[in-house]
Amino acid sequence: MASTHPIVPLLFIATLGWNATAIAATAEHSAPAAKLQPVADQNSGSLSGGTADHTKFEALKGPFQTGADVTKACLTCHNKAGEQVMKSVHWTWDYRNPRTGQLLGKKNVINNFCTNARGNEGMCAQCHAGYGWTDATFDFTDQARIDCLVCHDRTATYYRLPNSRGSAICGVLFENLAPIDFAHVAQNVGLPGRENCGTCHFNGGGGDGVKHGDLDSSLTRPSKALDVHMAVAGPNFACTQCHVSRHHQIAGSRYDMVAHDETGLGKPGARRDVATCESCHGTTPHPKLSLIGWQLNHHAERVACQTCHIPRIARGGVATVTDWDWSTAGRLIDGKGYAEEKYVQADGTPRHTYWSIKGNFKWDENFVPTYQWFDGRMVYTTADTKIDAKQSPVPINVVKGDPGDPNSRIWPFKQVRTKVPWDPVNKTLVFNHLWGDDDTAFWGNFDLVKSVSAGMKLENRPFSGTLGFLDTVSNWPITHMVAPKGDAVGCGECHKPKGRLAAITGVYLPGRDGFGWLDTLGIIALSLTLAGIAAHAAIRLALRFKIIWRPEWRPK
Amino acid sequence: MEAEMSQASAVPPPGIPQPRRSVMIYTRYERFWHWSQAALIFILAVSGFAVHGSFTLMDFRTAVLIHSSAAVALIVLWIFTTFWHFTTTAWRHYLPDVRGLPAVIRFYVWGILVGAPHPYSKTLKRKQNALQSLAYLSFMVIIGPALWASGIIYLAYPLWGQWATGILGLPTVVFVHTAAADLMMIFVIIHIYMTTTGKTFTHYVKTMITGYDTIELTPAEAAYLEEEEVSRLAKS
Ligand code: HEM
Repeated sequence: MASTHPIVPLLFIATLGWNATAIAATAEHSAPAAKLQPVADQNSGSLSGGTADHTKFEALKGPFQTGADVTKACLTCHNKAGEQVMKSVHWTWDYRNPRTGQLLGKKNVINNFCTNARGNEGMCAQCHAGYGWTDATFDFTDQARIDCLVCHDRTATYYRLPNSRGSAICGVLFENLAPIDFAHVAQNVGLPGRENCGTCHFNGGGGDGVKHGDLDSSLTRPSKALDVHMAVAGPNFACTQCHVSRHHQIAGSRYDMVAHDETGLGKPGARRDVATCESCHGTTPHPKLSLIGWQLNHHAERVACQTCHIPRIARGGVATVTDWDWSTAGRLIDGKGYAEEKYVQADGTPRHTYWSIKGNFKWDENFVPTYQWFDGRMVYTTADTKIDAKQSPVPINVVKGDPGDPNSRIWPFKQVRTKVPWDPVNKTLVFNHLWGDDDTAFWGNFDLVKSVSAGMKLENRPFSGTLGFLDTVSNWPITHMVAPKGDAVGCGECHKPKGRLAAITGVYLPGRDGFGWLDTLGIIALSLTLAGIAAHAAIRLALRFKIIWRPEWRPK
Repeated sequence: MEAEMSQASAVPPPGIPQPRRSVMIYTRYERFWHWSQAALIFILAVSGFAVHGSFTLMDFRTAVLIHSSAAVALIVLWIFTTFWHFTTTAWRHYLPDVRGLPAVIRFYVWGILVGAPHPYSKTLKRKQNALQSLAYLSFMVIIGPALWASGIIYLAYPLWGQWATGILGLPTVVFVHTAAADLMMIFVIIHIYMTTTGKTFTHYVKTMITGYDTIELTPAEAAYLEEEEVSRLAKS
């Protein structure tokens, strides 16, 4: 299933500054990796078109020194945009899940990739839609700090740098970049394209495709086989075609998912709140007058669309991380960090299998998801959770769902196993201080005990001083890379013993399930019948042809 | 003619052999439904056990398509046939006459082996012997209905599935359906073997294909057929 996207030339060479020859130039973490080239004529839905030519506006003539200067100019016309953006998670990185009550958002969570953005904002907040967030003192009320351009630049010449200096070993990062012509960028803004969203969302977890498995740079110019919706030769959807918005509040956040959308289409144009398949395709999208179509429409009550229509994860030539071991991080050669690239993904790019700053990775692509009942709720293991280490692996996020609950459906997930640093005495996950030009940052001193102590101190949380490594698993719902209908998962891939849904409980699945003893009984009864018939026939024939015979048997 | 009929319909004294004639005992409709039912049950058994995962002869989707379509066809056939049985009073053939039962059982256990004549001979009014009608009756009132009732409920699962929980739901339905399917297989296999027990191995099958068999006719029956249904008498 080769996708035809060209490899985007890498503008940023995201290698850390030590021993550069030992590390090939890949787009691993550290920068908004590859600068994705703009794709023309993307379909952004009802907003497409536009009525203003930004090159004509006096306010955008410049000159601008900084991105913030551009923002101030934007706000002179779009005078409600600031307020709106400030309410979105792109700005707050803070989210209270209304159903679980948990405090989530990048500001708060610990995951099993680079574990925590908190305390590392200088690096991680490159993907914050604002300028200059380096620590807890960031002013979340200053509208001039909003970065409009990262989402709305249509020239592909705009880029972001880390908000603070990292360790000295990161010195050569981001060298030789062409200065940004802010006036040119400001005059060429538009609705976000896949490249805009992709700058951050394709690189979750620290590099192209690392985190999600269904979001990577192959979606910049996808083929139809990879993604029917975003295909350049097809509908060429921008992300916002499905992730609809109102007042800069963008639908379809993973923090609060709609696992079973029973509203479907709604009134024309009314649904600006969800990014579900049903909000365009309705709740009964298969042909109603065919037997299979009828069955499939009812399957949709218990099975998410994604389960059949996304047959495999990471099909675009870009691999995704399935296993990460932090316990090996910090190995040095001649006192310097190094990297190994022993995995070559389908598009030919080598990927890190070891990196001193992160440990060991395993990759996979074009593989079958894990399936679980899901009602849209995920309960996260947070910094406050007392961890029960007997449970192994410890779930970083527990997928909630129940076969008896009509709101739950069977969903596909990518699972990632990671050994993460933790505090085995206090039984908690830990904040790790990775980025900084101080001597406690792991990406510089390669001393985990020191960097975790610093990270925990920054958060005013207790750390026992003992560092362990905890086996964890995280679940990432799969929803992108919808295949053409002909490539949907066939019935028989689940309706068979040991099929894709072998682990799904709580339902009788024809073809997978049965009543073992009834089948045994059936086979015994059948065998006895056949044996009886064979015996009867044998005796009949033997007597008929007088092979055995006594005259007194002759019937009267 | 009136007088002839009434005189002829006097029941002949038992034991006195009546003249034998070749008569169409299975009408065209009976043969049609017998063979189409046989074909459908064969198709249903193969596709049903393919759905069940007993073998991998066809993929699941194909099996479901075939099974569901054949099931609908079989239900339609059964509705017509039930209607036919009652309008033609042919249902009487299934009424078990237990008095003849011991003799028939004795025949199959022993007599048949040594070449004894069948204790029962077909008549125009009763085409089936005691064991046969008992077997067919259980087929038609137990195995058949158990299969189609559970089958229809199974087919309609999407309509009621959301209210069913745990064991009360699909598992019970599937259990009944699968158990009845097992019984059906056994019935069919014995039935096929029994067809070899006629005068010759293929005699019964031929009868069911052509419709004609040579049976004893009372003078009244013969006269009636000559008069009213002459087409049922083979030209001799
Ligand atoms: C009117 C008759 C019948 C109806 C309405 C019916 C209906 C069904 C339905 C709806 C299924 C579920 C799979 C599917 O959707 O195709 C099924 C499965 C099955 N059927 Fe039938 N069927 C009928 C007759 C038969 C017969 C005659 C047999 C065998 C002799 C049979 C054997 C089976 C078996 C073994 C299964 C698989 C059960 C499982 O594991 O889920 N069926 N049937």
